Amino acid sequence: STSVNSSAVDLFRSASSRASSKELERIDSLFYSYANPSSGLIDPEGIENLCSDIEVDHTDVRILMLAWKMKSEKQGYFNLDEWRTGLKSLRADTVSKLKKALPDLEKEVRRPSNFVDFYSYAFRYCLTEEKQKSIDIESICELLDLVLGSQFHSQVNAFVDYLKIQTDYKVINMDQWMGFFRFCNEISYPDLINYDSELAWPLILDNFVEWLQAKQN
Amino acid sequence: MQKGITKLKNILEGLPEPQFSSEDYMMLYTTIYNMCTQRFPNDYSHQLYDKYRESFEEYIISSVLPSLRDKHDEFLLRELVERWANHKVMVRWLSRFFYYLDRYFIARRSLPSLHTVGLTCFRDLVYRELNAKVRDAVISLIDKEREGEQIDRALLKNALDIFVEIGMGEMDCYENDFEVAMLKDTAAYYSRKASNWILEDSCPDYMLKAEDCLRREKDRVSHYLHSSSESKLLEKAQHELLSAYCTQLLEKEHSGCHALLRDDKVDDLSRMFRLFSKIPRGLEPVSNTFKQHVTAQGTALVKQAEDAASNKKVFIRKVMVLHDKYMAYVDNCFQNHTLFHKALKEAFEVFCNKSVAGSSSAELLSTFCDNILKKGGSEKLSDEAIEETLEKVVKLLAYISDKDLFAEFYRKKLARRLLFDKSANDDHERSILTKLKQQCGGQFTSKMEGMVKDLAMARENQSNFEEYLCNNPQAHPGIDLTVTVLTTGYWPSYKSFDLNLPAEMVNCVESFKGFYHIKENHKKLTWIYSLGTCNINGKFESKTIELIVTTYQASVLLLFNIFEQLCYSEIKTQLNLGDEDIVRLLHSLSCAKYKILNKEPNTKTISPTDHFTFNLKFTDKMRRIKIPLPPVDDKKKVIKDVDKDRRYAIDASIVRIMKSRKVLSHQQLVLECVEQLSRMFKPDFKIIKKRIEDLIARDYLERDTDNPTLFRYLA
Repeated sequence: STSVNSSAVDLFRSASSRASSKELERIDSLFYSYANPSSGLIDPEGIENLCSDIEVDHTDVRILMLAWKMKSEKQGYFNLDEWRTGLKSLRADTVSKLKKALPDLEKEVRRPSNFVDFYSYAFRYCLTEEKQKSIDIESICELLDLVLGSQFHSQVNAFVDYLKIQTDYKVINMDQWMGFFRFCNEISYPDLINYDSELAWPLILDNFVEWLQAKQN
Repeated sequence: MQKGITKLKNILEGLPEPQFSSEDYMMLYTTIYNMCTQRFPNDYSHQLYDKYRESFEEYIISSVLPSLRDKHDEFLLRELVERWANHKVMVRWLSRFFYYLDRYFIARRSLPSLHTVGLTCFRDLVYRELNAKVRDAVISLIDKEREGEQIDRALLKNALDIFVEIGMGEMDCYENDFEVAMLKDTAAYYSRKASNWILEDSCPDYMLKAEDCLRREKDRVSHYLHSSSESKLLEKAQHELLSAYCTQLLEKEHSGCHALLRDDKVDDLSRMFRLFSKIPRGLEPVSNTFKQHVTAQGTALVKQAEDAASNKKVFIRKVMVLHDKYMAYVDNCFQNHTLFHKALKEAFEVFCNKSVAGSSSAELLSTFCDNILKKGGSEKLSDEAIEETLEKVVKLLAYISDKDLFAEFYRKKLARRLLFDKSANDDHERSILTKLKQQCGGQFTSKMEGMVKDLAMARENQSNFEEYLCNNPQAHPGIDLTVTVLTTGYWPSYKSFDLNLPAEMVNCVESFKGFYHIKENHKKLTWIYSLGTCNINGKFESKTIELIVTTYQASVLLLFNIFEQLCYSEIKTQLNLGDEDIVRLLHSLSCAKYKILNKEPNTKTISPTDHFTFNLKFTDKMRRIKIPLPPVDDKKKVIKDVDKDRRYAIDASIVRIMKSRKVLSHQQLVLECVEQLSRMFKPDFKIIKKRIEDLIARDYLERDTDNPTLFRYLA
């Protein structure tokens, strides 16, 4: 009876593996429908086509979320492995399924435990050059608005204003980027009552707070 | 036996009775001995022991108490003192008569001794009844004495001895029955007095009275109170006289601590210290006021220096005078107390770290040193006075947090003194370096010492060069040349431009290189023409004049050996110098006191369109003139250099700390860093933060992912 049972399990297994290999095939063929045949990658043009098929603007935060889900390493490009990783876990093997998966993806990203990871991923995703460690102010302002703008509207607006008028910094590094996220989560705004510049905040935030306070007075 | 006892009583009462003879005594002792040594039931020991006590009781009730009860005040004290003295005589005699009891009966039964029984009788019957009355009488006499009346101190002493003796080795009778009330009365007395004085008297008068009162109370203890009362009594009096009115007294508007400091009332201040050092935390307000006063005085000097440039020149001297004055206060008035040393230090730190009319104290102090140490400086002092002043410089430096800035300015000025032979005295130069080394450590002075050493080496080098030229006449450039070879690291950094040197001078340089590379072929020579001096002959129409000029100026002038006329841009191209230098040079030669060059147009400033010719008509009554070239104000460069050095110092300190601690919180790291660097300067918190961030970016440190206030060292 054991052997019967085990063969039943095997049957089930092979059925499900057949189903999943079917799914994989569909995922792969979807990939090739967007990929550039010469490079074998979905390039910016391919991404733009994908965006128009799922009816999302290519600058929409959900595209960044999709990249996060795929663990995509190079800005503007998806390779086959990344595509498989992302679409498999979204259980999407067609354009319509992918489109339907987006609201759930957004919920997943917004979960606090994932959001920190997504936030730091967003920074890393924008590092396009070898050994690049920081991002220019202009791009940072756009990125902040994209990833934090809906959640911390006033903080992001104020910080973006500050970044644009200050002259001490031309670029922002990861430490400062993460520091601002911590600031949004921990500091009472706009009274800033619990901000203490003696603590380990990055200097740029000390300066930002000084600027805000000068403005408030 | 009864006869004997009665006789004793009569003697004590002063009735006519012959003295006890030795036969009387022998007889009484023998009687009692016999009564105790019979066999039971004829042993009367116990009865005799009772009889002994009863004799006292009977005498006290019949004679002593009646004579005391109708007496009061001083009379009561006199009677009691006498009665107590008699009682002690009676105890002595009776206990001798009954001595045999002490030896056997009492010892065997562990009963109170005859002496104790005798004293206890007095305590229970007399002392218990009268001690309160006696206490009040004593206290009222003390108060009379406080008011200036003469009292019988011996009587008080004797009366108070009763309180002590009646305790039979314990102090509780004295303490509970007398001292507590006496202290309470003392407090009330001085509370009353102080509440009047504080309103009527000035602070110095009040302090005089208070000091006098305390002296008298101490005197009182030595004359008739028990010595154990001294600290308690003084504590009470000090509390009422000083603690209770501390603030009111010290802050009296026209005579309080501020006014005394303002008016230099050293005697009153000394008294204030003596008085307030006795009460708990009493000196804190005094030292705080002292600190405020000194800070205000110093800040006023800063203000004066802001108001007039002449005051700025004497600022450091005035600060020294201020320091001498108040250091003497600390030493004398305030008996060298640490609290006042601290107050003085903190006060000086306040105004010694303020900017003084656009300069830092560090810069002013280094300029002050330069004036003392250079030839023809504005301070004309004897050797001893110079030594003393240098000592004070080092003392003041201790209050300045930017010690590195002082060092940099000092080095810049020391370089000028050494290179242009302006130092007045080598001994003083070395002496201040020794003092600075003691105060700030070897690292602080190592470069300066290197500079002084370099110069001695350079002199030796020069004589070797001259010898070399003698032996190799073909290498002689035809011009007398002196070269000062220095070690780059010791000296301030100088701009070295690629000045196009005149051909004559190029020969000189080549000649020296030829000499130098024979012995030091692995060392690289960098020529700093901006520090050079040339003596050249100007052949003017009327006479030849020796011109003492800088190498730069000489390079301009030598161009006119070749060219009749040159325009600004031609000179600039020929020399290969920047506009700033060219303007400065041409100004010194054509617009200043000595117009060696004619400028077209003839205006007071240099413009790029100007033309220049050699002024053949120039003359001067001297045969030799020095044409000054105003030095570039390099203050900004010094400050910039110091800031750069600080960044390195902070980086090094952070890395050192993190290397040993591995993981550290932000605050702890900042704290340790400030601590490490405080000997040289006080790092700005923002700069430390910036350096930490820079080290994170350079992968020396990382921020802990879970706790963003922690840093980790990345080895």
